[in-house]
Amino acid sequence: MSKPVIATTSLAGCFGCHMSLLDIDERILPLIELVEFNKSPIDDIKKFTKQCDIGLIEGGCSNSENVHVLREFRKRCNILVSVGECAIMGGLPAMRNGIPIKDCLRVAYLTGPSTTANTEHLIPNDPELPMMLDKVYPCQDIVKIDYYLPGCPPRADLIWEMLISLIKGKPAELPYEVIKFD
Amino acid sequence: MGRKITIEPVTRVEGHGKVTIHLDDYGNVTQTRLHIVEFRGFERFVQGRPYWEMPVLVQRLCGICPVSHHLAAAKALDVIVGAGTGEGLTPTAEKMRRLMHYGQIFQSHSLHFFHLASPDMVFGIDGDPATRNIIGLALKNPELAVQGVMMRKFGQEIIRATAGKKIHGTGAIPGGINKHLSIEERDEFLKGADPLNADRMIEWSQAAVNWFKDYHKKNRDFIDNYAVFPSNHLSLVRKDGAMDLYHGVLRAVDPEGNKILHDVDYQDYLDYIDEEVRSWSYMKFPYLKELGKSKGWYTVGPLGRLNTADFIPTPLAQKEFEEYKAYTKGKPNNMSMHMHWARLIEILHSAEMMKELLIDPDIVSGELVTKGEKRNQGVGLIEAPRGTLFHHYEINGKDQVIMANLIVSTTNNNQPMNEAVNYVAKNYMTGQDEITEPMMNAVEVGIRAYDPCLSCATHAFGQMPLEFSLFNSRDELIDFRRRS
Repeated sequence: MSKPVIATTSLAGCFGCHMSLLDIDERILPLIELVEFNKSPIDDIKKFTKQCDIGLIEGGCSNSENVHVLREFRKRCNILVSVGECAIMGGLPAMRNGIPIKDCLRVAYLTGPSTTANTEHLIPNDPELPMMLDKVYPCQDIVKIDYYLPGCPPRADLIWEMLISLIKGKPAELPYEVIKFD
Repeated sequence: MGRKITIEPVTRVEGHGKVTIHLDDYGNVTQTRLHIVEFRGFERFVQGRPYWEMPVLVQRLCGICPVSHHLAAAKALDVIVGAGTGEGLTPTAEKMRRLMHYGQIFQSHSLHFFHLASPDMVFGIDGDPATRNIIGLALKNPELAVQGVMMRKFGQEIIRATAGKKIHGTGAIPGGINKHLSIEERDEFLKGADPLNADRMIEWSQAAVNWFKDYHKKNRDFIDNYAVFPSNHLSLVRKDGAMDLYHGVLRAVDPEGNKILHDVDYQDYLDYIDEEVRSWSYMKFPYLKELGKSKGWYTVGPLGRLNTADFIPTPLAQKEFEEYKAYTKGKPNNMSMHMHWARLIEILHSAEMMKELLIDPDIVSGELVTKGEKRNQGVGLIEAPRGTLFHHYEINGKDQVIMANLIVSTTNNNQPMNEAVNYVAKNYMTGQDEITEPMMNAVEVGIRAYDPCLSCATHAFGQMPLEFSLFNSRDELIDFRRRS
């Protein structure tokens, strides 16, 4: 039997959830034996090369590129897991929801105390820069999500238990102590 | 016919950063730009929040070095709650924070060197991209990979013990810290089962420095001649000129080593530093006001710190520092790839610092918090793994934040990274019709030496994903490649 295939991505997140995955520490070695990684920042595969069994999503959707990648993951992964608060509910980046984006840009580039030399009132606007969405969306607003792992970030033990149970097709044993919302 | 080459990172970054290179009719590079294409608006959306939320809130900028933001925010709030800067805290609070910080430097530098940079060296810059990563490393050189994994783990455990969580902790509070280290925790770090104890970490750190020096001996041309350009350098230093990653005064030197910022109080940073806004990047360009936009830019991070500090206050790292400085005859080091050497010396210094702090009795007992007269604003600086990090907050009478200004480490390195891209493009792409994989990796290696945290994370694993498009002068696509 071939190994289960895993793909991961970070959308509008801080990479803390990927760091928490790395916090399984030395268990990374048996994990490499158990599974095969496909598209993931971990292994340099930039485009899906096959259908995957498990997709791990960090971060919500803040721009159209995030939406595009999330839809691609839904298409190419049989099971999709929202990992962490940003994927589940937008997380901290969603604090910009409800604030006009122009206001955010004004504070960053025009009125900040260390942009005093910006006398031309320049706000980055080059065609090379992508457009943002009106607000930050949780992943389940865009595609169907199969499982949710809470936490900011979810603890390494929670990610590990979830992966092992999905790989082995067994119900996850998740003691109260490993499920946290901070 | 002029051309434009676009290099676009796409995965983690999914459009956070990309490079464009313009060539003239003769294939000469005329313009290069590293665009940071993500904008999040932290400085605006924290307005209105209670000030004491900042250390736990703003660290969510970055899951790779959240401790740096956690502590920089706490240091700014120390000033606001009247606890002063640095030495104003109780010995326990300052030492617990330092332990947390050196644990952070240790884990983040370990991640950068072992997980990210060493595969380039083990497999070669032009090695097979399919194996040139941490998984390939684990299969080819398990000993090195395991050391990297366990060193990162030790640093993360130090953070957990001091901050409560490995990622996005809560240890530092305005005016102090919220806990001691327990005696059991301390003993575990000092005498824990092999390899997770302070002595083994020092030993492995020394081995990593030696590994690099050996590599350097065999690859001098690459390490010494890759992306070399004159730069100013800036960092915090202790008042006596020693390297200090947690607290100090602000110093900058020019490419010849002359001081251009004379150990100033960072509460006054706005007197010395301003940021230029350019239309083509969301990341601003900081510079020293006195020298102006075009000449005032500077490098931060390991390279900057080893160029500004007079000495390192731990014995093993000091010995390595002397050898490192002798290599450039005491002058500032402007070789981008020496950033890795400097980073490893800092890993060794952090390992020594962790042990020194762990055996200090103030860690397990003593007062935790200092109180004073409240002020309406404060500035907190720290040397994050990637360089000097600035947090500045102003509050109103209801304890709400009304102004936040953040200059993060990678922003400080904006111009140096652009210089590195320019250097590599000129040397590898001039006159080329076709883009090859080694050229793509060459650009990456130049950027990667700076360990950039575009969105504080972009590059953390393996190589950056790059997309190259070659355009003619009418912006018609004539060649396209994507690394996969």
